[in-house]
Amino acid sequence: MKLVCWGTRGSIPVSLTAPDVRAKIVRALQGAGAIDLADPTAIEAYVDALGFDVAGTFGGHSSCLQIETGAAEHIVLDLGTGVRALGQQMLARYGPQSPQTYHVFLSHLHWDHIMGLPFFTPVYISGNRIVVHTCHPHAEFALRRQQAEPSFPVRFDQFSAQFEFHVATPGAAFEVDGTRVVAHAQRHAGDSYGWRFERAGKCLVYSTDSEHRLEDEEERAGFIAFFDQADVVVFDAMYSLADAISVKADWGHSSNIVGVELCQAARVKRLVMFHHEPAYSDRQIAQILEQTRRFEQITRDGHVLEVLSAYDGLELSL
Amino acid sequence: MDVSTDNVGAIRVLRVSGRLDHSQAKDFEAALAPHLLTCTPQGSPLVLEFSGVVYISSVGLRVLLLAAKQVKAQQGRIAIAALTPIVAEVFQVSHFNLVLTVFPDVAAAAAELYP
Repeated sequence: MKLVCWGTRGSIPVSLTAPDVRAKIVRALQGAGAIDLADPTAIEAYVDALGFDVAGTFGGHSSCLQIETGAAEHIVLDLGTGVRALGQQMLARYGPQSPQTYHVFLSHLHWDHIMGLPFFTPVYISGNRIVVHTCHPHAEFALRRQQAEPSFPVRFDQFSAQFEFHVATPGAAFEVDGTRVVAHAQRHAGDSYGWRFERAGKCLVYSTDSEHRLEDEEERAGFIAFFDQADVVVFDAMYSLADAISVKADWGHSSNIVGVELCQAARVKRLVMFHHEPAYSDRQIAQILEQTRRFEQITRDGHVLEVLSAYDGLELSL
Repeated sequence: MDVSTDNVGAIRVLRVSGRLDHSQAKDFEAALAPHLLTCTPQGSPLVLEFSGVVYISSVGLRVLLLAAKQVKAQQGRIAIAALTPIVAEVFQVSHFNLVLTVFPDVAAAAAELYP
């Protein structure tokens, strides 16, 4: 099982600006004085030693992940803007003449999680099958409305792929091409749902757009059971804990602190922080990652939890 | 978790020790409650002395936030003092250092709350 991240930003897509890129170049050059610029290997080594926030970027596409299971049918988590690039890769890999099946699991129906669909090329290819798994009975309505005039010039009915909608029940496991799947209800405006995927002894949990009421012991126990011994938990760590329970309470999101605590209690192997605040720079996200790793270290109770920060392009083998 | 009380001048000092985790947060909240009621302009400013607190979880931090909100609403004054290095790091990572007033010791807190 492999996780591929195509879109990891929360709420709205963002992009680097010219001043952002310039600042990265300036920071990189500040330490480059001793580098032999005639030596490509030395340059590569220097760039590799720079922080990810300087030499790379966490990216700005909204939520879209892919799980590669090795099976024939594809698993896609949410349809944020990251799904456009996923579609391009699928087209390059399989071409237009080889029909594919895509199982799309929606956390919920807010725009940032569905806005990539109009640009997901496989929907325009006849023979492709798109199975939308959702716990929202109105998912089909939401996707159709997004395509309707005056919002978009191509109506849902004009998609060439065959669409199917499967309304799942939280807690009731089902199987998709050999992968066991179960949904879990989460606290978010209009409700959201986490998804747990198990296959061949590996487990990945996708839990985004989920606010946690710290005082609710039953809710906490439910999430610990949902995350139980997962290899990877992708977790909504959009805000600091202080913000999440004060000025941004009821905004429907969680924090790095709660992510670590739940994953420690559930004996999870890797926590992937996700749904980054759009106002955060690469440097801020890198600092949060560093602080969260330190928090995990000082609160560790014998179980080591690896902490990562998702970025567009991250691939993680389970 | 244990809480003891004394007064430093006009300041009420709650000396907290142990772990403020999910199993202890409710007890901590209950121990705090009567002192919050008297933390008003007419009552006593409150300092939570944390040198004995070895760990605080999110739910423990939530109790502090609720306490600060209550005291602010009744125009009282509350502060936290003497964080251990580990707890100070938790405050920093959670950004609670930005929403709660923290002092290095009780004397510094008392000087600020009741100059």
